[in-house]
Amino acid sequence: MADGLRLDTLEIRLGGRCMVALDAHVAPGEVLTVMGPSGSGKSTLLAAITGALDPAFALSGRILLDGEDVTALPTERRRIGILFQDELLFPHLSVGGNLAFGLTPSLRGRAARRKRIDSALQQIGLEGFASRDPATLSGGQKARVALMRTLLADPRALLLDEPFSRLDAARRGQIRELVFARAKAQRLPVLLVTHDREDACAAGGAVIELGA
Amino acid sequence: MSLLRRAPALTLLVMLGPVLAGLAGTLLPAFGIMPALGRVEPGLMPFSELAAWPGLPRAVALSLATGLGSTLLALALTMLICAGWQGTRAFRWLERALSPLLSVPHAAAAFGLAFLIAPSGWIARALAQLLGWERPPDLLILQDPWGLSLIAGLVVKELPFLLLMTLAALPALRPGQSLATARSLGYGRSAGWLKTVFPRLYPQIRLPVYAVLAFSMSVVDVALILGPNTPPTLAVQVLRWMNDPDLALRLRAAAGALLQLVLTLGALGLWRLGEMAVARIGRAWIEAGGRARHDAPLRALSFGAGALSALAIILGLTALGVWSVAGFWGFPALLPDAFTAKSWMKQGPQLLSPAADTALIALVATGVALALVLACLEAEHRFGLRPSARALWLLYLPLIVPQIAFLPGLQILALVGGVDGTITAVIAAHVIFVLPYVFLSLADPYRGWDRRNAIVGHALGASPARVFWRLRLPMLLRPMLTAMAVGCAVSVGQFLPTLLLGGGRVQTLTTEAVALASGGARRVIGVTALAQTAAAFLPFALALLIPALVWRNRKGLKHG
Repeated sequence: MADGLRLDTLEIRLGGRCMVALDAHVAPGEVLTVMGPSGSGKSTLLAAITGALDPAFALSGRILLDGEDVTALPTERRRIGILFQDELLFPHLSVGGNLAFGLTPSLRGRAARRKRIDSALQQIGLEGFASRDPATLSGGQKARVALMRTLLADPRALLLDEPFSRLDAARRGQIRELVFARAKAQRLPVLLVTHDREDACAAGGAVIELGA
Repeated sequence: MSLLRRAPALTLLVMLGPVLAGLAGTLLPAFGIMPALGRVEPGLMPFSELAAWPGLPRAVALSLATGLGSTLLALALTMLICAGWQGTRAFRWLERALSPLLSVPHAAAAFGLAFLIAPSGWIARALAQLLGWERPPDLLILQDPWGLSLIAGLVVKELPFLLLMTLAALPALRPGQSLATARSLGYGRSAGWLKTVFPRLYPQIRLPVYAVLAFSMSVVDVALILGPNTPPTLAVQVLRWMNDPDLALRLRAAAGALLQLVLTLGALGLWRLGEMAVARIGRAWIEAGGRARHDAPLRALSFGAGALSALAIILGLTALGVWSVAGFWGFPALLPDAFTAKSWMKQGPQLLSPAADTALIALVATGVALALVLACLEAEHRFGLRPSARALWLLYLPLIVPQIAFLPGLQILALVGGVDGTITAVIAAHVIFVLPYVFLSLADPYRGWDRRNAIVGHALGASPARVFWRLRLPMLLRPMLTAMAVGCAVSVGQFLPTLLLGGGRVQTLTTEAVALASGGARRVIGVTALAQTAAAFLPFALALLIPALVWRNRKGLKHG
């Protein structure tokens, strides 16, 4: 039970009122889906896990990653990747620059890093796109770059904040499969937040419903 | 980290410290204490000397009338333009014509206006063509004893400022919806806007209006160019006493500066009372339900006045340009007989050194201000600080306390400290006025940046410093450069801080230009005032050009 993402009696309160209470474990390669209408605290939960919770909220309980307590760590030291509904590719960097921003600094040397990025682009079917302006990509291409940028940072868990809801129906299934397949291959625990039942079915894991 | 936490406090110190110190430095000599002159006994002598000056009642009346009059006119015009035209194509045209005029330095705009309305100016020349005049009319238009040309000069310069502040505040009020609702209830466009949008808008632009009022009452450079001479406005007279070789007159100057402060506070109080009266009358007007559907004449008037105001500055700058290259130019002729580069060849080299100092002062002052503002905003972001309404008041304080009230005191302190007449002292004084504008210009884009970018960056392992340098700053390049351009334009236009802290030894294009006010050397004025305008414009051009070049391959940053 030590491996993966563990939310140990997590509780988020705002001014005394309990917003979210959750006790869960996501094993490596598994997906936990959290569902609920807007305003049910889904985004607050993700902010708490990434460490970007607004100070107005009070957090109790622990967040454990592979047995390590990360509750008090700043976001940048948690190594928890997150994908939002918008791809949020940095508009001032090229596609390759975006991936390089994500690529872990432990891989050293300009040539080695460039090679890693080229092969990453190849894996998502965007070979030769390194110097492209992200604003010129299609929605599906952007989503793939955002996913790869997150994976290159070598995360220990992956959070998904309704990442498929902006895509059209055809791309949606395709990207969804890619994300889950990649996460499984890297043995990442995945926490998916969505209000779309189809996403939850495709994820195939446990489902938790949050009340409004 | 801890340094960043102290950034807001440090910024307040840099900005308000000199204001308070300067006020203290004015207070002491006003009550007769000036150790440098051997005066250590407090007394009211400076005030009785001030009261004994025969020009005082008129100077005070002039300051009040020009300040209140120009502010009221500029505000009324701005509001009527918005009421009558907001959301129309004509409005966008006016907006585009007026916004760039904000960066025209006050002195250059005043000279340009003078070249238009003087008895031998372009307007009189045009009339002479029609009426067959052979000599300029014998009228005292410039520097008229009533201060009318001074009021005109202030209105044409403050109109773009108030319009821009209004445009910044408007979108959050959703004026389109209010106006559509009002019009569907049968209200005329202007009345609908004034009844539904204006009451919510005014509190948002109150501080800029106060700044305009305080500035107009105590302005020195525009008053030297367009204002009356005998007596001048109070602020100009205080400056004369400050510059008098007889150092004893500094005491009287300090007393006058203090009186200016009291006058300004009094005028602000009066304005506040006026606000309350207007609110009361306005409520009754709104509740009376009059639809006021026939506002066509009012709309025509406001549009005409707005266009005239823009035209006055644009034609004024053109007149400066024509004079700067004019050969012989006799009276009724609309254009000179010949064009020549002689004035530029002769004046140009002499302007190089002031131009270099202008650039140095503007760049360093803006750089310091930008660093402090970025540190404040980043501290706000990282430590979750919430800016209060009081913080906004503090930001406006250097713009509301009249320059002439605290800069003389600051000069005396600089004198005591042995730093007067240095470029460092001038830069420090400029930072006081550049900082609020840089902050106001950058705060909204900085706070409006999508925070999820930072979360993604952190989730990818980037430290707060890396997110700041590699993500936030590059993405905010455009608003940052715009804020710098605003800062540079403010610095370039500063007259009094340069003159007083520079002790006459630091010369900028602005001090050079204003020094020409008393003479009639039109070609020299044309060259100098245009150089001053160019110095204020250049940073704006760069602020447009640099992001366009740097991000030429980045579509996502084209409209940011």
